[in-house]
Amino acid sequence: MNAPAYNFAYLDEQTKRMIRRAILKAIAIPGYQVPFASREMPMPYGWGTGGVQVTAAILGPDDVLKVIDQGSDDTTNAISIRKFFAKTAGVATTTATENATVIQTRHRIPETALGPNQVLVYQVPIPEPLRFLEPRETETRRMHALAEYGLMHVKLYEDIARFGHIATAYAYPVKVNGRYVMDPSPTPKFDNPKMDNCPALQLFGAGREKRIYAIPPYTQVVSLDFEDHPFEPYRFNAPCALCGAENSYLDEIVTDDKGGRMFVCSDTDFCEERQTAGHHGSLSAAPYKEKAHG
Amino acid sequence: MTTIAELPPGFADKVLSAQSTFRSVMDAMARPGAVQRIVPVAGTPGAMMRGTAAIALTLFDHDTPLWLDARMSESSDVLKWLKFHTGAPVIQDSSIASFALIADAAALPSLERFALGSNEYPDRSTTLILQVEGLNAGVAFELRGPGIDGVTTLHAAIRPADLFERLRINEALFPRGIDVVLVADDAVVAIPRTTRVLSKGSR
Repeated sequence: MNAPAYNFAYLDEQTKRMIRRAILKAIAIPGYQVPFASREMPMPYGWGTGGVQVTAAILGPDDVLKVIDQGSDDTTNAISIRKFFAKTAGVATTTATENATVIQTRHRIPETALGPNQVLVYQVPIPEPLRFLEPRETETRRMHALAEYGLMHVKLYEDIARFGHIATAYAYPVKVNGRYVMDPSPTPKFDNPKMDNCPALQLFGAGREKRIYAIPPYTQVVSLDFEDHPFEPYRFNAPCALCGAENSYLDEIVTDDKGGRMFVCSDTDFCEERQTAGHHGSLSAAPYKEKAHG
Repeated sequence: MTTIAELPPGFADKVLSAQSTFRSVMDAMARPGAVQRIVPVAGTPGAMMRGTAAIALTLFDHDTPLWLDARMSESSDVLKWLKFHTGAPVIQDSSIASFALIADAAALPSLERFALGSNEYPDRSTTLILQVEGLNAGVAFELRGPGIDGVTTLHAAIRPADLFERLRINEALFPRGIDVVLVADDAVVAIPRTTRVLSKGSR
């Protein structure tokens, strides 16, 4: 039997060249969405086909890959993509943020600060921040060309008029390098400040919408707000129930049908590192302590 | 007449060499002013340097019209090598080129003659691949912009001497503009359209 033969990192070389050219333009024009000829990938849209194509175009045999889904290394999506590249590119994989050179993420930025030798690849469902305000691509393209972003401020203002505060909690719009308004993908707005002046290169891939965009390292990223309603990252006011962290983003987990719930770090690697280092939360005496996942 | 057998070779390992070259160029574009090295080796026809040849094999194909300056196109080896290894069409009209290869930087044409992109599609611009004398010593340029932590200094022997003055058009044009990749042998430095020169020192 012949073993199935893949090209390195799955994509053919012509596709990689096309994606690589788009990545270079995206870095040169921070926050601008570069159209690219997105390919069908062996996974459905919504599972990170854009991020996978970007990762496949940059990945080399010496890279160490980490994949997270909502901060977790061990959900189906993260495991599938990690195995996909372990199989098609033979790269080393890790769950430890500081050991990774390429981190593909769905909807979170790791709690551990990123370094200059790392690349963060975001999976993006809808790259156009103005899409829900203006459905026509021709119009949103012109709005970006003219830097006409009044509509976005109207949307944030309507939040204030209706709820008394800016109620947008995720995919919170940012302005990159003082020019392009950009969708940071559906990350919680808690993560927005991490994008600003980040030492790592940040790449964004939207497969279904066929767009690639980027934030170069050390680039100004400002969350849109108003003088009298400044941007505030939201975090549930509790320590992590497992590691006691007071500065991490928390997931709410329903534990019974009587209103019981617990709050734990969404970044599993961060939480496990802290537990290993001896930090404990109110519920950390779990009877079934899982071994580190692979 | 040159036959295919006499042409300088491409990459020995197409896939991994292109990946490694791309990462060097990507790092260069993401960190303007920082010198990156291109490791993979390919044949270098005519006036083409090692870095330029590797970039050509990594980024050029039938989708990327090329414009060559007089020094680069005077050698039929360059044309044949590009045609055989990349298949990229070589065109005379620089205003629709995806990439421009410039060997004799002193004779760099006016930057307005290249594609600058449109406000709607600023990515439809020409990327200049400019071969220069050296990227390790020479005039000190202080650079600032996205990708640079504060200010960085590039020491380079660059012709034309007024390259950075000419690139000032990027300030007014943004988001339109010209991205430049400087190549000296195996060293590359990228100057994307967002990079600004603060000062220029002497040697």
